[in-house]
Amino acid sequence: MKQLRDVAPWDAAASLPQGERDGTRIDHLVVLGLVAPGARVLDIGCGDGTLLALLRDRRGVDGRGIELSREGVNACLARGLPVIQGDADTDLANYPDDAFDVVVLSQTIQATRNPRIVLEHLLRIGRQVVISFPNFGHWRVRAELGFRGRMPVTALMPEEWYETQNIHHCTIRDFVGLCRMVGARIEKATALDARGRPMRFSMPWWVWNLIGAQGVFLLSQEASEISSGPTRP
Amino acid sequence: MTLSLDPAAQILAEAAQTDTPPVVEPEAPNGQGQVAQFGPDEPLTMDAGVVLAPFQIAYQTAGTLNADRSNAVLICHALTGDQHFAHTHPVTGKRGWWETLVGPGKPIDTDRYFVVCSNVVGSCMGSTGPASVDPETGRAYGLDFPLVTIRDMVRAQAMLLDRLGIRDLFLCIGGSMGGMQVLQWAALYPERVFAAMPIATGARHSAQNIAFHEVGRQAIMADPAWAEGRYLDMGTRPAKGLGVARMGAHITYLSEPALHRKFGRRFQGGSAPTFSFNADFQIESYLRHQGLSFVERFDANAYLYLTRAMDYFDLAADHGGVLAKAFKGTKTRFCVMSFTSDWLFPTADSRAIVHALNAASAAVAFVEVESDKGHDAFLLDEPVMFAAARGFIDAAARARGL
Repeated sequence: MKQLRDVAPWDAAASLPQGERDGTRIDHLVVLGLVAPGARVLDIGCGDGTLLALLRDRRGVDGRGIELSREGVNACLARGLPVIQGDADTDLANYPDDAFDVVVLSQTIQATRNPRIVLEHLLRIGRQVVISFPNFGHWRVRAELGFRGRMPVTALMPEEWYETQNIHHCTIRDFVGLCRMVGARIEKATALDARGRPMRFSMPWWVWNLIGAQGVFLLSQEASEISSGPTRP
Repeated sequence: MTLSLDPAAQILAEAAQTDTPPVVEPEAPNGQGQVAQFGPDEPLTMDAGVVLAPFQIAYQTAGTLNADRSNAVLICHALTGDQHFAHTHPVTGKRGWWETLVGPGKPIDTDRYFVVCSNVVGSCMGSTGPASVDPETGRAYGLDFPLVTIRDMVRAQAMLLDRLGIRDLFLCIGGSMGGMQVLQWAALYPERVFAAMPIATGARHSAQNIAFHEVGRQAIMADPAWAEGRYLDMGTRPAKGLGVARMGAHITYLSEPALHRKFGRRFQGGSAPTFSFNADFQIESYLRHQGLSFVERFDANAYLYLTRAMDYFDLAADHGGVLAKAFKGTKTRFCVMSFTSDWLFPTADSRAIVHALNAASAAVAFVEVESDKGHDAFLLDEPVMFAAARGFIDAAARARGL
């Protein structure tokens, strides 16, 4: 993972908007800290629209959403959010290039049928992409598999293997590999601990891959030196 | 239900403050609501390449237009619908066809909005259509009436709104053929539509739907009483043909599970077959009743014309084959809705609309409502539809400052 040395570990905790915490989910605050006022934002897997409403009310963004569940869509409609019932696998192809300033995909890429194509669409339709996912390289996961020989069940991955929607798990390191393959530029990256808090201290990537419960990446579509480097991990 | 059915006084009061002269339309004598007359100086330019003049549009309203005329809602009715959305029907005596959705405290709240619904041009409930008298001949137009398109209907509605002093709509809403009009409104007059709700509809009529319509038209034309469309001159009506057309169409409005739940294989008035072609099964009896009651309220030629209008509808074809171009640069906020068991306008049709709106960067919401009631679900008591509609409409009202 030497190619990642050029990416400065992102002290997301320090960049969280101050004075806006008041019970807001930390991963939402991370996004809030990234989005410029008035930006156009697409939230894929937007749930009940909490993040979109937050972005609209505090940043004045023009937000759109995609949500699988009817209950979620109805909740979004009640908040006045333009959200379509759909999913990342089927509904991204129709958006034009650069349709959004920021595209958000939270805890969803591991549940898509084709993560690579989804990621390529995200990079095509958004100038920036904020993506988070549970890290399958977390020590707890490794311990479950390595010592107990069982598929892990954790706070971020609460379902048993036979009922989980998560069909394409990856580690932080795997995801970096995919970014390189599709020519995504990693602008910022961080890991959140099991409580969803950004890790404050600068750490080597292999440590993040071991102790980060989830990875959060800020990507853009231009290729960088990192992605054009050798593909040997 | 207490509805303010007479907006004329209100319009008169408001007009004192505006440049637009008030037009108080006469009450139609046959209970069809009010009628807007358009003389030779105000022709309707039609897609068929002709102008229609004079013509009239019958309409009904509920609620009150506010001072800055920003709370108008246009309801677009479906193929065999009419303007009596919240009013007792003058022929059937039934209550308004969309009282589930429209009324005081309902998602389309008549205490807050001024709601207009007009009978489409080409229909037979008070607006000019093939059953109207051709001023040139003094007899019914029949097949001399020009072919009508969805766009013609929308143009006529726009002329009605001009007459009523309504510059732009807060909401344009409709299901099925009404949904086609909503899409056409958004494409033709984007600056006049703040929010749009096309329900259980499509941006074009599918080959299967054209096929069903053609069967209905052929049933009408095969009835000797149709008389090449001149039945009104002869004092007859192609009741058999129109009834069969309705029976066939009615099946497409339902779903297999709904039919099974409602009728199953149950016998009508007995428990065994009669070994005849009587209406042994309840479903047969039901369909025959649907056909008979429809004939009493609908004109056969109007049915030919309106089914044709739906067949011709292809919004993408009007925009170089790219549906997104129909909505280019639109500021309208959309809420598209479909029903899981609707096989006449399946969810895929609604998704095509949504994808085009996405491609046009429009603000669009989309809900697929779980229902086994088929296409007609949009007319029925569907709490999920009401909840979604209420959420969308209330939020749009906040955005418009209503």
